[in-house]
Amino acid sequence: MTNPTTSSLRPLHFKPLNGVRIVVWSLFALVLIILPLAAHSSFALTLLCLTGIAAIACMSYNMLLGQAGMLSFGHAVYTGLGTFVAIHTMNKIVGGWPLPMWLVPMVGGFAGLGFGALLGFVTTRKAGTPFSMITLGVGELVFAAALMFPEFFGGEAGINSNRTGGTGWLHDLGLTFGPQIQVYYLIAIYLFICTAAMYAFTMTPLGRIANAVRDNAERAEFIGYDTRWVRYLIVMASSFFAGIAGGLTALNVEAATADLLHGVRSGGYLLFTFLGGVGFFFGPIIGSVLLIFSLVVLSEYTKAWQLYVGIVFLIMVVYAPGGFSALLMLNLRRIKYGEWRKMRWPYAGMVFFGLIALWGIAAIVEMAYQIQVAAGSGSALTIAGIPLDASSSSSWAVAIAVMIVGGAAFEYWRRKFAKVWSDGEERIAEAIKKAEAAIV
Amino acid sequence: MSVLNGVSYGLLLFMLSAGLTLIFSMMGVLNFAHASFYMLGAYFAYQVSEWTNYWVAFVVAPILVAVMGGLFERYVLRKTHKSGHVAELLVTFGLSFVILELVQLIWGRSAVDYKVPAALDGSLFKLFNSSFPEYRAFMMLVAVGMLVSLFLMLKKTRIGLVIQAALTHPETTEALGHNVPRVFAMVFAGGCALAGLAGVIGGNAFITEPGMAQAVGAIIFVVVVVGGMGSLAGALIASVLIGLMQTFAVGLDWSFLGGLSALGIDVTPDTFGYPVWKLKLSQIGPILPYLLLVVMLVVRPKGIMGTRDD
Amino acid sequence: MKISLKASAIAVAVSFLAAGVANAQNVKVAFIEGMSGPFGGVGQNQLKHFQYAAERFSGKQANSGVTVEIVPMDSKGSPQEALALLKKATDEGIHFVTQGNGSNVAGVLIDAINKHNERNPGKEVVFLNYAAIDPDFTNSKCSPWHFRFDAGSDMKLEGLTNFMMDQKDIKNVYIIGQNYSHGQQVSKFTKEFLAKKRPDIKVVGDELHPMGQVKDFAPYIAKMQAANADAVVTGNWGSDLALLIRAANAAGFKGKFYTFYAGVIGTPTAIGAAGADRVEMVAYWHPNSAQSQFESIYTGFKAKFNEEFYTVAAVNAVRFLVASVEKAKSTDAAPVARAMAGMKMKGASGEDIEMRASDGALQQALYVVNWTKAGGPGVKFDAENTGYGFQTVRYLMPSQAARPTTCKMPKRI
Repeated sequence: MTNPTTSSLRPLHFKPLNGVRIVVWSLFALVLIILPLAAHSSFALTLLCLTGIAAIACMSYNMLLGQAGMLSFGHAVYTGLGTFVAIHTMNKIVGGWPLPMWLVPMVGGFAGLGFGALLGFVTTRKAGTPFSMITLGVGELVFAAALMFPEFFGGEAGINSNRTGGTGWLHDLGLTFGPQIQVYYLIAIYLFICTAAMYAFTMTPLGRIANAVRDNAERAEFIGYDTRWVRYLIVMASSFFAGIAGGLTALNVEAATADLLHGVRSGGYLLFTFLGGVGFFFGPIIGSVLLIFSLVVLSEYTKAWQLYVGIVFLIMVVYAPGGFSALLMLNLRRIKYGEWRKMRWPYAGMVFFGLIALWGIAAIVEMAYQIQVAAGSGSALTIAGIPLDASSSSSWAVAIAVMIVGGAAFEYWRRKFAKVWSDGEERIAEAIKKAEAAIV
Repeated sequence: MSVLNGVSYGLLLFMLSAGLTLIFSMMGVLNFAHASFYMLGAYFAYQVSEWTNYWVAFVVAPILVAVMGGLFERYVLRKTHKSGHVAELLVTFGLSFVILELVQLIWGRSAVDYKVPAALDGSLFKLFNSSFPEYRAFMMLVAVGMLVSLFLMLKKTRIGLVIQAALTHPETTEALGHNVPRVFAMVFAGGCALAGLAGVIGGNAFITEPGMAQAVGAIIFVVVVVGGMGSLAGALIASVLIGLMQTFAVGLDWSFLGGLSALGIDVTPDTFGYPVWKLKLSQIGPILPYLLLVVMLVVRPKGIMGTRDD
Repeated sequence: MKISLKASAIAVAVSFLAAGVANAQNVKVAFIEGMSGPFGGVGQNQLKHFQYAAERFSGKQANSGVTVEIVPMDSKGSPQEALALLKKATDEGIHFVTQGNGSNVAGVLIDAINKHNERNPGKEVVFLNYAAIDPDFTNSKCSPWHFRFDAGSDMKLEGLTNFMMDQKDIKNVYIIGQNYSHGQQVSKFTKEFLAKKRPDIKVVGDELHPMGQVKDFAPYIAKMQAANADAVVTGNWGSDLALLIRAANAAGFKGKFYTFYAGVIGTPTAIGAAGADRVEMVAYWHPNSAQSQFESIYTGFKAKFNEEFYTVAAVNAVRFLVASVEKAKSTDAAPVARAMAGMKMKGASGEDIEMRASDGALQQALYVVNWTKAGGPGVKFDAENTGYGFQTVRYLMPSQAARPTTCKMPKRI
């Protein structure tokens, strides 16, 4: 996992506003502004809002996992508690508190910070695997407690609020947050600021020390840093941004329920942050898009979506531990070093037969689901336009045959590809060495 | 009676966490899918006992689970070894998802009818007016038997010695001609078999359904942390402690409210924090293990029998 | 998640089916429910209920001009996603939404629909709740857009305590429930009703435990035995209920269990013989209700899906919707809601069921049933091939099960 900003050997000059950055960040802002214009329905707008919130949450999660190497199973605790505090604040605003609605996410953020300070004190006593297990236990504790205190958490029904209830001159100008588009732009502004803030955080001495603690805790300790204190600070910073995401959720949904704190949600952040890629700053943004895509879109097409997500996750951990962002960057590097041409055919072969094998697998899974879950509503189904019948053995035979043939051909091309890939990797490594030698 | 209930539940927890601890102490891998293997054990036992009978299932199901665990270690887990512990943890995390979905695909989403065998379905003795079921005694027997044989195997046999050697000095053991990766695969398979066995006897005592893995997943992690990472003896103490604690908590209707009023302090619904003061110990019983975890971390971060303090 | 079992009887009201085939109208109903994940099985099963109900009680088979089309949407049981799906439904021009598993989701949906209808006049949405039985929905949180086809938990407890009142051997009652709104309400109403109906019954225990966290119920059973309880009232569902009854059986506890959710898919299998003649349930319908004219629906459903039919509320929701669209001669939400409020129909045992206009709660009959060996008189069908089924031990007419409401219904538009 290479960090593009640290791999360069040139002497570092602190120039926060260099040309590339201005272009990248302006593009990011532009995309955020334009996106809703491309959204034709309020459902698409809802998806964008969810994705924006998820992006903040996943990036804050990556502060733990990617930056400090802390694998947490309880991140939803901070987003969820942020939502609950924010929703109570909203109700107070409706009741007359003179706070503008658009500050509610900040309240969520400070709530996250507070809970991070409280719970992080316990969880950060350990690093590594014990840390993971403890976050899991604390997550369970908070979730169970949520159902025990209906006075604060509203019990099973949760707590509702109304985002249009605010006051102030912005409100009078028509910024009531009634229409979803206003909420979207608020989320977009928070997303932009949080992204910039979190990116800046990676550049601070604390952010750098977190990397050191991740890579070699013993050495970091040796040169005089208290690793536990570093972990504690990172957890607090991360839960602050998680709390902002939670506060935005409160504004977006206008309701908070105990399932926001559940371990399944924490697992989701972990899973998709990883899929997006923990090695690059923008990885979690890809992850959040995947998260909303699988949760909302993929699940519309297949009841087996969790199985597919699980399998993709397994394959990624084993073969591409850098996630999708690393895949993207590695291929960009190929293009940069002129290696891409050699890989066209292996890639094409892999994709072609991979899709065929995928069809076979999907057919088997979907037919099994049809029998197990949807029995009675008929045994006929279509996969990618090809009609199948879950009750006929010939359909099964076809699916299995396709899977085996496709899989075998895929494996053949994969080996070819692996060879071309590693050859290319060697050449690139050499080229980099030469370039470095030239600088020195 | 409460003691017996608590100990028998604690011993089941121990069977579950023993495998987890074993794998962790040997390989440094926290098997997130451990509870999923427990679930697989229960489902396999259900299926085999449908086809034949319970006693065949009792033997076959753990073996099947062990085979699956071994295959997973050999073909998936080993490949992630080079990427470090986080990747290893993640791969078992992904596996828990996949197992859950596959179980639902094969056996459906609701509970299956996995019954206690007729020979053990009765009451062993009566105490006051409640009776102690035979099957619970059987559970305790199996757990103790497993504990003893595990101990003997690790301390007294050649295999046990090799395992312990591979744990502390993998290179030396390798140099002596032992196949260390194979030892690891065996340990992983063995740990899974223990979880599978726990599933066989826990699945019918409680309930066999897709949610069963998630229900015990978090608690066995608590056991391992509280007992001290990687310590079998610690896991035993922690399991029984948690079993007893949960059982006794149910019987006690104490609350801060009662305690405070005994001290002459009047607490009314208007008092600050009233929801906390009125909670009864019996109400929070099931989350006591997590509280124990937090307290333990503050007081003694290395756990009951832990040696490392990382 | 609150799954509700079923209920009241329904008649195949031929009279209303014969009504106009005038102009064909297609009504889409968004079925927002968790259909994947751990509790997905229940959602899947209830989707089948709705699809079957739509097939039998609308369109051609029902000889009606109104055809109901069920649009399944998987919320995975999460309120947040249910809201996203509600947006999707309104985007697609769907004006009717149904949901039931989980008062948390239902509560959020009711609130969101109220806001949506206020902010989008002319594009209103009606919520057909088939199983979320929090009494607040028809009392303090009542809405002109919400109609509930299940019986509220207060109505159900009215029925249950009505039956318990006459069981002379009950002396000590133990209340146990999951620590969340439903469990708390069961506890509250049980104490309130019993104090009124049988002041001599002692409540010897009132216990709330965390939901889905208890693996071993043996200590709770020991506590009940120590308290000499001879009856247990519980709002538990799913594995919390099955584990409780199994533990009671194992420890030789003799008391009876008064429950709500013993019939939900999967639970009969899990209870099995352990609950024979000791599990009572209150429901608005069951396959062995003597007067049931819904037997053909039960058997037809089973033949088609090989699953149990129990959510009669799905059938009632479709019937009321079809009748309201016919009466309003429109598929817009506001006129249909106006037509539905106060609408009367015949139930299965010929009783009059009414969608009460003052709170949007369906007034229907209730049964108290006993889990017993199937095959005997009154137990024609067993549940989930367990060899055990439900037998009516008490029938309450709608008027007997009715509860007053505190709802101040806003004016319907």
